[in-house]
Amino acid sequence: MEVKKAGRPVMEAQEIARALSRVAHEIIEKNHGIQDLALVGIRTGGIYLAKRLAHKLKEIEGVDVLVGELDITLYRDDLNSRKSHPTLRKTDILFDITDLRIILVDDVLFTGRTIRAAMDGLIDLGRPSEIQLAVLVDRGHRQLPIKATYVGKNLPTALTEQVEVYLEETGEPDRVVILPP
Amino acid sequence: MSLKRKDLLGTRDLSVEEINLILETADSFKEVSGRDIKKVPALRGKTVVNLFFEPSTRTRTSFELAAKRLSADVINFTPSSSSVMKGETLLDTASNIEAMSADFIVIRHSAAGAPNILARGLRASVINAGDGSHEHPTQALLDLFTLREKKREIRGLKLAIVGDIAHSRVARSNIYALMKFGAEVRVAGPPTMIPCDMERLGVTVFYNLDEALTGVDVIMMLRLQIERQGIALFPSIREYATCYGLTQERLRLADPDVLVMHPGPINRGVEIAPEIADSAASVILDQVTNGVAVRMAVLYLLSGVK
Repeated sequence: MEVKKAGRPVMEAQEIARALSRVAHEIIEKNHGIQDLALVGIRTGGIYLAKRLAHKLKEIEGVDVLVGELDITLYRDDLNSRKSHPTLRKTDILFDITDLRIILVDDVLFTGRTIRAAMDGLIDLGRPSEIQLAVLVDRGHRQLPIKATYVGKNLPTALTEQVEVYLEETGEPDRVVILPP
Repeated sequence: MSLKRKDLLGTRDLSVEEINLILETADSFKEVSGRDIKKVPALRGKTVVNLFFEPSTRTRTSFELAAKRLSADVINFTPSSSSVMKGETLLDTASNIEAMSADFIVIRHSAAGAPNILARGLRASVINAGDGSHEHPTQALLDLFTLREKKREIRGLKLAIVGDIAHSRVARSNIYALMKFGAEVRVAGPPTMIPCDMERLGVTVFYNLDEALTGVDVIMMLRLQIERQGIALFPSIREYATCYGLTQERLRLADPDVLVMHPGPINRGVEIAPEIADSAASVILDQVTNGVAVRMAVLYLLSGVK
């Protein structure tokens, strides 16, 4: 674990839960229910959020939603310019995504490069009828023409700041903080 | 995380952490081979040259598939159709290939240490795909991967490696790797095929196959190199098969959940009875499948070193 710097809190547990509840309702509204829908979380934070969203969708609609896990390491556009390769983890999507409406889930939307990689990774696995994007935090500074379909919170930041999302599943209380440069 | 080395020359100098990293990465790559579209863009624009001075189908194809599934470009270099016949040295041949911007050179050579010479002389990553009777690291890594997949834990496993240990790079690489993980390794074969330094590596030597197989969890059969028959290591193939062939009766001496492994190509009816090769205990084809994933992991991890 790296040493934790003091950060400015911007979301607490209850706010995160409310944002996810709202996003769950928006997903149902936009898709007229949850038929042919699947959630795919982007490793690592997105996976926990995708599971939480699936849980909320089940509470509201009473039906289980498919959840998959996507590792984008091999699709990164900086793979050859980094000092060392990031650790490769498993992609775990145990269903055929073809003709499903896939909702990609990630914790923070920043440059958009992760989402570009995720879409490439997803399309290598099949042909979804549609890809939507749900994020907990949109912090701006896009470098690619990518826009989230569902946003938990819009968070204006400086480019040099760092946004950290801590989730219970990793052993920390739920919160979002902005770390100074 | 990446390997902190440019080349993969053997398992002898690999640490437990490095081997674990390779096996864990291979686990992620195994999923790619199960996809409809078996390709990821990780090594796009990289060039892998297969430089095979000895005949090989399985290993060369496995490396070629591994590279292609990572989107690398692959060139197969066969010495019979090349300037090696005209007297060019090994390093000159490899330097010429490197001058065409090859990023990886996968080499198989009949001389032990040939990959080490290239590794010292080239900037490209060199991967040993078998050098003489020395090492064949990716075979040992895929064997470890298969063992872990089937038996979960390598520590404490009783393994018997059977056959021509002295001339087997597969045996040597496996022994180095297995000992690091705390397996109990036995070797068995006729005295002419057991090298004298075996006990120093921590393995137990058996000349009687029945004794060697009693109670083992894994049997690793080596191919009888029939082409070596001329150098009088054994009187006849039939005698070898009688004394050191794996039969149904002998298999019963091992643990009931025994795994049978073989690096291929198998000589049915010589070192292994056909019904064992095709039985549920045999993981020979799993080894081949896992070989691609392990080689993808090695290429990927070596390419991350800057």
